[in-house]
Amino acid sequence: MLLSYLKIAWKVLLRRKFFTFISLFGISFTLMVLLVVVALFDHTVGAHAPESRLDRMLFANFMRVKYKDGGNMNTPPSYHVLDKYVRTLKTPEKVAIYSNFHATPSYVGNNRIDLDLKYTDQVFWEILNFTFREGKPFGKAEVQGAARVAVINQTTARKYFGTDKGVVGRTIEVNQTNYRVTGVVDDVPVMRISSYADVWVPISTSSDDLHKVQLDGDYAAIILAKSAADIPAVQAEFNQVMKRIPLTDPKNMAYLAMYADQLLASFSRQLMYTPDNQAGSDGLGSLYAILSGLALLFMLLPALNLVNINVSRIMERSSEIGVRKAFGATGGTLVGQFLVENVFLTLIGGLLGLLMAYVALQLISGADILAYAHFELSWRIFAWALLVTLFFGILSGVYPALRMSRLHPAQALKGR
Amino acid sequence: MSASTPTNQLFLDPTIVAARPAAATGKPMLKLTDIEKIYQTKTIETVALNRVNLTIGKGEFVSIMGPSGCGKSTLLSIMGLLDEPSSGQVEIDGRPVTSYSDKELANLRNQKIGFVFQSYHLINDLSVLDNVELPLLYRSGVSGKERRQRAHAALDKVGLSARTNHFPSQLSGGQRQRVAIARALAGNPEIILADEPTGNLDSVMGEEIMDLLLGLNRQDGVTIVMVTHDEQQALKTERVIRFFDGSQVS
Repeated sequence: MLLSYLKIAWKVLLRRKFFTFISLFGISFTLMVLLVVVALFDHTVGAHAPESRLDRMLFANFMRVKYKDGGNMNTPPSYHVLDKYVRTLKTPEKVAIYSNFHATPSYVGNNRIDLDLKYTDQVFWEILNFTFREGKPFGKAEVQGAARVAVINQTTARKYFGTDKGVVGRTIEVNQTNYRVTGVVDDVPVMRISSYADVWVPISTSSDDLHKVQLDGDYAAIILAKSAADIPAVQAEFNQVMKRIPLTDPKNMAYLAMYADQLLASFSRQLMYTPDNQAGSDGLGSLYAILSGLALLFMLLPALNLVNINVSRIMERSSEIGVRKAFGATGGTLVGQFLVENVFLTLIGGLLGLLMAYVALQLISGADILAYAHFELSWRIFAWALLVTLFFGILSGVYPALRMSRLHPAQALKGR
Repeated sequence: MSASTPTNQLFLDPTIVAARPAAATGKPMLKLTDIEKIYQTKTIETVALNRVNLTIGKGEFVSIMGPSGCGKSTLLSIMGLLDEPSSGQVEIDGRPVTSYSDKELANLRNQKIGFVFQSYHLINDLSVLDNVELPLLYRSGVSGKERRQRAHAALDKVGLSARTNHFPSQLSGGQRQRVAIARALAGNPEIILADEPTGNLDSVMGEEIMDLLLGLNRQDGVTIVMVTHDEQQALKTERVIRFFDGSQVS
């Protein structure tokens, strides 16, 4: 029976090529956009090296100081705050402190290249799983001694030395300072802002006065919990400790707020921020709600289009429906047939969409819009695509199928 | 079962028609009691069938005649459980179907009734064989292999076994109607309801189809009710029922 349904479905597709094209284009284009967005999303917040232990990581990279006059200061925290209050937390396994990256000039011969430089401590290398192509990270001694050493990424090695092999021990000049290369790592995409840089050097070599007592700065911390289950405990301790941070200007400042969030929540808290939200919802729920709402709306348009096309197709096929009913098909059987046909159509669209998404991601990766981005379609995304496609197929098929099944056989045979 | 010659008896009194013993076995195959069909729109009420009482015996070949719009096709639809009467009772093989659910009606149609339509109503996207298999598709417990065999047998009977892989569009009108008859036969029904089966065909092809139906009735004992405009063909059947304005007049 299934084979008979598929035969019909295929014939119906071929019969109205233009409509089929519109339906398929609607499905596959929508799916392509969704898949590309999912791939970008996954690339940005999924657990990929070096942030492969994301389930145990918390990020503290953003502080808000509320002033009594109603003003706000939104800023990355200072090294002082992180070193004194976050590094000393009892519940985490490890805490790494690092600076945000900044483009820094360097010269190869007379050619200037801008390298993104990040200052980090040695724990940074312990928490994150960088892939070392050669050499090793700098350690505690180098950080304490403010040694002029650097870890560089593969692309920088190629740009600066012309090769990514045998560069450990050689000197790279960044920001008019010479660093000895201790290791070369795989490129990290720029979307992973916490771990990304071209050159990583000991935090102690920074020209900032690290221990100056101030709230705002240019630093961030990654906190590694002992286990994923331990995250709430770490956050609870973190929140307790934040309350103890003295305001540097109590006359004008009302309070400060800083949170340790998991990666996606660290974005959503800033995106979804409302001024009254002192209690500190991370906005993740709202972000998910908005994103899924948008995705649904986005899918709804082609689905409605499909419903429309399907309904008119059904009217063309009323003779077939009448005959099937006359010879014993029940309404339920016909709904089944129509859903199979529709899912078949959407699966074809889904397959095309997947193909288009693959090509689009290759183009985006190849165009070098985002540094070191390498987008891939994973099985996970494929499963997503399948799910979305089925959702499409059923969503757009149910209503027309029900309408079709309710046609009275005598009327259907007359073509009404 | 039935080998009687066409008698074409006309009965003026519907009760006499209802009381007429069935040709072959005497048992009624189809019984309509006080059937009314009224089409209601906002402003107009149209009576399509007006208190029709009719009994068709097992193995009978009955033709229904009357001018266009007199309710013949509506009557056939009601007999075939394709349409519901506004009031009255339909009995198939002694079972009243008034309280049947859609599913039960579908099942009864599938088991007992085969349809032949004026405009064939073949599914153009399916091959001849697939079209003929259709009634068996909705019958549980029939394997794919058995479906094929029975469809082939039905096509053999109508002389189209060489065209199984053709599509309806590749066939002539007469051939299409023969495919439609094969489809009606595939499920081995006890009743065939034919709505102007020769209406779209020239006289030669019409004769062929008529002979086919007569053969089915006489050799296989299939009860046939045929709506027709063709007096000559009607005269070949055992009984002619005439309709005018929704009422049976003979």
